[in-house]
Amino acid sequence: MTRAGKRIVILGAASAIAEATARIWAREGARFILVGREKSRLDAIADHLRLLGAAQAHPLVLDCATADAGAELAAMLKALGGLDVMLLAYGLLGEPKRLETEPAAAAELMQTNFCSAAAWCLAASAILERQRSGVLLVIGSVAGDRGRRSNFVYGASKGGLARLVEGIAHKLAPVGARAVVVKPGFVDTPMTAGVAKKGLLWADPDTIARVIARAAERGGPTVYAPAFWRWIMLAIRHLPAPVFNKLDI
Amino acid sequence: MSSDFAKRDGVRSWGRTSNHSQHVARPRFRDELNGLIGDAEASSRLASGLRRSYGDSCLNSDGALIDMRGLDRLIAFDDRTGTLCAEAGASLSQILAFSAPRGWFLPTTPGTRFVTLGGAVANDVHGKNHHAAGSFGRHIESIGLLRSDGARRILSPTAEPDLFAATIGGLGLTGIIEWAELRLERIASAYLDVETIPYRCLAEFWALAEQSAENFEHTVAWIDCVSRGTKFGRGLFSRANWRADDALDAHDDRTWKSIPCDAPVFLLDRLAIAGFNELYYRKSCARRGLRRQHYASYFYPLDALRGWNRLYGRRGMFQYQCVIPRSEAREAIAILLDEITRSGQASFLAVLKTFGELASPGLLSFPRAGVTLALDFPNRGMDTLRLMSRLDAIVEEARGALYPAKDGRMTGKMFRHSFPRWREFVVHRDPAMSSDFWRRVSS
Repeated sequence: MTRAGKRIVILGAASAIAEATARIWAREGARFILVGREKSRLDAIADHLRLLGAAQAHPLVLDCATADAGAELAAMLKALGGLDVMLLAYGLLGEPKRLETEPAAAAELMQTNFCSAAAWCLAASAILERQRSGVLLVIGSVAGDRGRRSNFVYGASKGGLARLVEGIAHKLAPVGARAVVVKPGFVDTPMTAGVAKKGLLWADPDTIARVIARAAERGGPTVYAPAFWRWIMLAIRHLPAPVFNKLDI
Repeated sequence: MSSDFAKRDGVRSWGRTSNHSQHVARPRFRDELNGLIGDAEASSRLASGLRRSYGDSCLNSDGALIDMRGLDRLIAFDDRTGTLCAEAGASLSQILAFSAPRGWFLPTTPGTRFVTLGGAVANDVHGKNHHAAGSFGRHIESIGLLRSDGARRILSPTAEPDLFAATIGGLGLTGIIEWAELRLERIASAYLDVETIPYRCLAEFWALAEQSAENFEHTVAWIDCVSRGTKFGRGLFSRANWRADDALDAHDDRTWKSIPCDAPVFLLDRLAIAGFNELYYRKSCARRGLRRQHYASYFYPLDALRGWNRLYGRRGMFQYQCVIPRSEAREAIAILLDEITRSGQASFLAVLKTFGELASPGLLSFPRAGVTLALDFPNRGMDTLRLMSRLDAIVEEARGALYPAKDGRMTGKMFRHSFPRWREFVVHRDPAMSSDFWRRVSS
């Protein structure tokens, strides 16, 4: 895999983190298929990436949560002539109270964040295994590391996804391909715009993007973004239940 | 207010003198803007960018801000003509990172690259080459403007000349600037030959300014606004031209230097400031003469020090920038300087620059033929406000004007005096748009 001309598929390409990451790759001359739901947004992103240096930026309008992952990815693979990176960046955050009380809302979140994502990951894994190269990058969350009362439905979807990607990484390791789950902490994006106070733990999408771009080159299967979250989550995972239960997080 | 707007603390302008919380929406795509501007029945809207304006022209405490920084994409570039089209939230830094390695530079640039394209248009900013290039607005081919009635208007000097003239320098009050098309200038190097010449009094400054206008594309002077007596009116004159050595290195936004917290009060002590001035003057005198400098260190020396405004401590600062017409300039600048040095309130940063004859295109454009003086005052409350009122009287008498981008306190009377075409402007203002500045000067 050469640095220049990487063939990249981004699912959820209009997300703030995905776009910031694509800008890094564009400067290296990458070729993109940008998957998202709104044509005008993908077009604006694609124009910018081409000006930055992308050899190709092809918008593809698709609802990742309901699409036929296998067939769609096979078509993309054909168009690109190979797959060096797949970045899975779509997902829902949801309203925690609603997710707990409305089963349909929880099911929709699970379908989007876990079931559909798993189908894309498995389809990508099969391709990477066959190629014996390439990397699958999946955006998870620190919320998936331990169930907490503040957002455990979302956390479960991301936690499940992290286990799946770990397994894919393990499966791909012997053939030289990789899979990485990138777990951002608090990120200042439209997804979290409702939070007014943002302190030292908050990172901007560009910071997360740099971590993801590095993960495309090396490392894994689990990468925290920024890296200090590894230690915070290590502590949180190992808190004894009596202590943990007293924390309102 | 719709849920797209979140109440945020710490949304301040560069001078940091006021600290009201603001309702802020952060769109990332143009299609989101209709919804944000359209429900403005209850309260007004204002598009904001990197908030490098010093006072209240980029704040809207009674209404809501639409933070445009997420709309920062380049849209198109023609490498034969140098015409670049970009979303309004793109910063000049981003534009230069793209264009400089390709041999294109901004037609003119303010003293920081951390302003947005939309902000540069809305304030019709100027730079060290004003005598050669005029204001920023002269290089705008067209503007995409979203009005609160939902209409998307494409403005140019020929297509909709009146609304175009109102929007250039229009402080964001004519609608949301969604994108702008800018003509860049060819460069054959990212470096300039810079000459620094100390001058001992204002008479020497005027002579240098006159001599340099013809043969130097960029001129500016630092002036000592603290010293009196034999040192009164001394400063450093800088003049520069682009090199032609094909070294087209872009700048790098990464820096380790930043001001993480508010500076303690003793740094703003009069004695300390006088000391800085003396040190700076002597150090620069020692380094006089010709030097090769990258555009980043020549045009944007303060950008290397992130958050330098925090040096002014918790109470923040005011900036005062006026322009005096040429015929009155020599006399009025001397009187202003006398008043400022006598007050002992000035700080280290003061700039003197001659504007050329090229007309600015905006109804509320600040640059006009004459001389502009800009300096910072640490906020010392009423003392500082009273001093600035005394300066206003001198500026008014000399038929000068104040710069809204720098202002947080001018009176409505001073505004109308500075911008005699304000009545024409009012006709084009979008009724849904307002700002703290506008409410102040229009009431």
